[in-house]
Amino acid sequence: MFVQSSLSDKSTFFQKLRSLDYIMLLTILIIGIISSFAMYSTDGGELRYHSESHIIRFVVFFTMMIFISFINIKTWHTLGYLFYIIVLGLLIWASLFGITAQGSQRWINLYFINLQPSELMKIAIIVCFAKYYHRIQITHVNRIRNIIAPILILIIPISLVISQPDLGTSILIALSGIIVLWLAGVNIKYFFYSSLVFIISAPFVISFLKPYQKLRILTFFDPDKDPLGAGYQIIQSKIAVGSGGLTGKGFLKGTQGYLEFLPEKHTDFIFTLFSEEFGFIGSLLLLTLYAILIFRILKIGTLSRSFFGKFFCFGFGSAIFVYITVNMAMVLGLLPIVGSPLPIMSYGGSSMLATMIGLGIVMSTKIYSRQLIS
Amino acid sequence: MIGSGEDSGFKKSNTINRRMFIFAAAKAVVFFGIVGRLFSLQINENKKYLTLSDKNRLREARLPPVRGEFEDYFGNRIAKNLTVYQLHVVPEQVEDFKTLIVRLKDILNLSNSHLKELIKKKNKQKPWETLIVSENLTWDEFSKINFYLHELSGARPVLTVGRNYPYSETFTHVLGYVSEASVEDLVSNETIKERNVPGLRVGKTGLEKALEKELIGTNGVQRFEVNAYGKRINQIEFKEGEKGKTIRLTIDTEIQKYTQELLNKRAGSISIMDIYTGEIIAMNSSPSFDPNLFLYGIEKNKWNEIKKDPLKPLLNKTVSGLYSPGSTIKPLVALSALENDVITPNLKVNCRGHKHPLELYGMKYHCWKKQGHGYMSLQNAIKQSCDTYFYEAARLLGVDRLNETAKKFGLGNVVLGEYFNEKKGVVPSTKWKKEAIGQNWYLGETLINGIGQGYIQTTPLQLCLMTAQLANGGHKIYPKIIYENNQENIETIKQKMKFAEQNQLEDLNFLSATEKLFKKNQKTYDALYRNKENVKFVLDAMFRSTNETYGTSFSSRIEDPKYQFAGKTGTAQVKRITEAERELDLKTDQIPYKERDHAWYIAFGPYKNPRYAVSILVEHGGSGSSTAAPIAKKLFKFVIDRHELREKTKKKKLASTDI
Repeated sequence: MFVQSSLSDKSTFFQKLRSLDYIMLLTILIIGIISSFAMYSTDGGELRYHSESHIIRFVVFFTMMIFISFINIKTWHTLGYLFYIIVLGLLIWASLFGITAQGSQRWINLYFINLQPSELMKIAIIVCFAKYYHRIQITHVNRIRNIIAPILILIIPISLVISQPDLGTSILIALSGIIVLWLAGVNIKYFFYSSLVFIISAPFVISFLKPYQKLRILTFFDPDKDPLGAGYQIIQSKIAVGSGGLTGKGFLKGTQGYLEFLPEKHTDFIFTLFSEEFGFIGSLLLLTLYAILIFRILKIGTLSRSFFGKFFCFGFGSAIFVYITVNMAMVLGLLPIVGSPLPIMSYGGSSMLATMIGLGIVMSTKIYSRQLIS
Repeated sequence: MIGSGEDSGFKKSNTINRRMFIFAAAKAVVFFGIVGRLFSLQINENKKYLTLSDKNRLREARLPPVRGEFEDYFGNRIAKNLTVYQLHVVPEQVEDFKTLIVRLKDILNLSNSHLKELIKKKNKQKPWETLIVSENLTWDEFSKINFYLHELSGARPVLTVGRNYPYSETFTHVLGYVSEASVEDLVSNETIKERNVPGLRVGKTGLEKALEKELIGTNGVQRFEVNAYGKRINQIEFKEGEKGKTIRLTIDTEIQKYTQELLNKRAGSISIMDIYTGEIIAMNSSPSFDPNLFLYGIEKNKWNEIKKDPLKPLLNKTVSGLYSPGSTIKPLVALSALENDVITPNLKVNCRGHKHPLELYGMKYHCWKKQGHGYMSLQNAIKQSCDTYFYEAARLLGVDRLNETAKKFGLGNVVLGEYFNEKKGVVPSTKWKKEAIGQNWYLGETLINGIGQGYIQTTPLQLCLMTAQLANGGHKIYPKIIYENNQENIETIKQKMKFAEQNQLEDLNFLSATEKLFKKNQKTYDALYRNKENVKFVLDAMFRSTNETYGTSFSSRIEDPKYQFAGKTGTAQVKRITEAERELDLKTDQIPYKERDHAWYIAFGPYKNPRYAVSILVEHGGSGSSTAAPIAKKLFKFVIDRHELREKTKKKKLASTDI
């Protein structure tokens, strides 16, 4: 134990630099570059507000990720709960004094950035659970006390986010948490029962939803019912993707995009725009890049000596996967439209910040993979 | 402790890895699901979505077709196209109609009543139908609209084609007029329906209506890329429409204008025809109105004024007005009687004046001349228009034989066919009366039929055709108002012209020459006579009627052989003259307007080398000799003076078609 920890302590800066996962870094960079081009296209082929700030954010947060990589994984373990509590505090702050936009109060004005704490919560919940289950022995996992506590940890932020209201993010937070619960070895029967309860109670839950949220869910089942209203986004998105064909319409030539038929093309529908311009081949390339990224994250998790690292990498890698698939399934008309950005690609500072923090912790797990945490 | 810890750690690690593996497997499945969905959208259904995407972004705008124009015989434009600036609004595409209208009101200084009418119109039509806010903007207004366009979302400044008739009312009854296409136009004419655009002008009457299919032209098409808000981003394609056919008429604008002047706003009609080619040189119905008034919809009070005018400006009297021909029928009655060998030119009838009228079954038949004409020969009877003689001639001839001749010479049938709303008129027969009225024919009706009264009804153009077919030696011609290069064999026309130059009517060769010429093409130029001498006799009598003392139009004669013409007057009663009125013998201006006689004159000239036939009608103008014949005198001078120019133009055209 001593030897191992002293080994990592002793490693020089160069050793640390060399142990960075360069494949992962390269993948992130490529996705970042692709996202910059996509953003450039949403600005109509000019370097305007969206593309400019997206590129700046990517560069800043990418650099920040490298810095985070060099923070000892132990520190993250130590600060795990604090991180969660701070983000929770920000969430409460947002609920009380946040900025309201498009009928939802989810931002805090930090002057240099409008921070969306719910995005950070997607990471914080994983860090928090990773720390929680790091210590607990496998035999104790299914004790009632150890079931109730994580559920509380999970439910508080979710209910805050739902009340903003922001259905999409709250679902993603829930999924992030549930993934770690699953990995930690929570009995399958709990998942089974709770999903049963969820299905039965779904109609009641839906009746509590805001009218626009209800409409979105109904629209998912029949988008053609109101093609100019609620179904518009799904229909236009499918048209854009479908008309892209094998090779796409070409960079800056996506008519659905630049003629503004695509809604929210900067954020949730960025993949649609990309897919229209670069077609099936382009989309497949992007999916492959994401697959490589996720694969690298999971691989780092496997090599990590600490449970904290394992939980975090597996949790975060799986969460990234969930974000990607939910977003894509949504724009391809396989899931109802709920706000969920595509990691790295979508415009949005908080989402980018959260993703980069997560990737930074993963990278730090790689560098300090031999670090044991008591 | 450490051991169990390690053991527990191992177990925990196992659990994590196992669960991670299950999860990863699920991930792979979902990943392939996404790829499958992409494949189905982008590869399998690519075509469908490509079409939908094009439907999203492309809009087609149909441009108004450019209407063909009208030219007169010499190529002068008599109906032109104008560029018109309009403002259209599609209510469906407007966010706030009221705001837009108020803003437009400020910019264009629209009146309140105009606004009210607009809103009324808007409420009547479907929201996606174009509302024409302003039909005819000035250039200034149009540029103003374009300047403010960014704040007038939904307003569309439009360039369209309008009609202009530079000669105003001169050609109204020939060309008709155009106005906005109505629902009836769309229903009745497929071509209009096919090419309709908001604000399209289509023909409502006359040639504008009859030739709609040729005139209308085809739509230009503009394809635009639009964004999600329907805003035009750029033009993808522009296909120019084909302009409608420009149609050349046989009419001479100067003569047409002159006929207008001669009629001088009196109700009446003048038509002039080339006796060989059947070309209508002028055709006027008076009074007329300005067709330009209808382009943007006529104002109500102006329309009422035109509609209620007792002189009926809306009626094209030349082809749709029906009148008793009066004495102008006499040459035809004479010809019919001669042709049927009922009488000889030597038959003498004693006309004894009003004291001794012809009596038949208790009815009295008066000659127009109070003192009577005395013993009349046929020639004199035509020359002096003796009614008594023609009572006798008609009695001998019978109504059915006259009917046959009259129909041959073009009465009782349309002259130009499909172009106008022509009336056929009535040429009575015993059979006709039985069918139309259901009564037997009375002999007395034959008598008054012989002087062009009673059931017989003709249009001025029919009488013009009749005169032309007499004047050309009794040959059938096919009247036309549209100049067509290839309708007649060019050689035939040339020969005809040469012949017309060389031959003179007095020369007996004339008739045989005409005969030869027309016989060349039996089908088109049937001889209408049995014995050509009979035709010559009638023409000669008409000459005497104009150029010898006691002739009814002697006072209107021209002695210069260049202009000398021959004609026949007519004075058609519009009501039966009672005994009391006959006693009074009132002057025309002492009788109420509606009861005055119609004045007729038919003529051809120049006599020695005839080319033109005219028919003149002045409604309620009194006697033919005092009202209608003097018009002919002025007209022949004018027409014959322009003859050279017309021939020259024709030769030039023929020469150009030869090549």
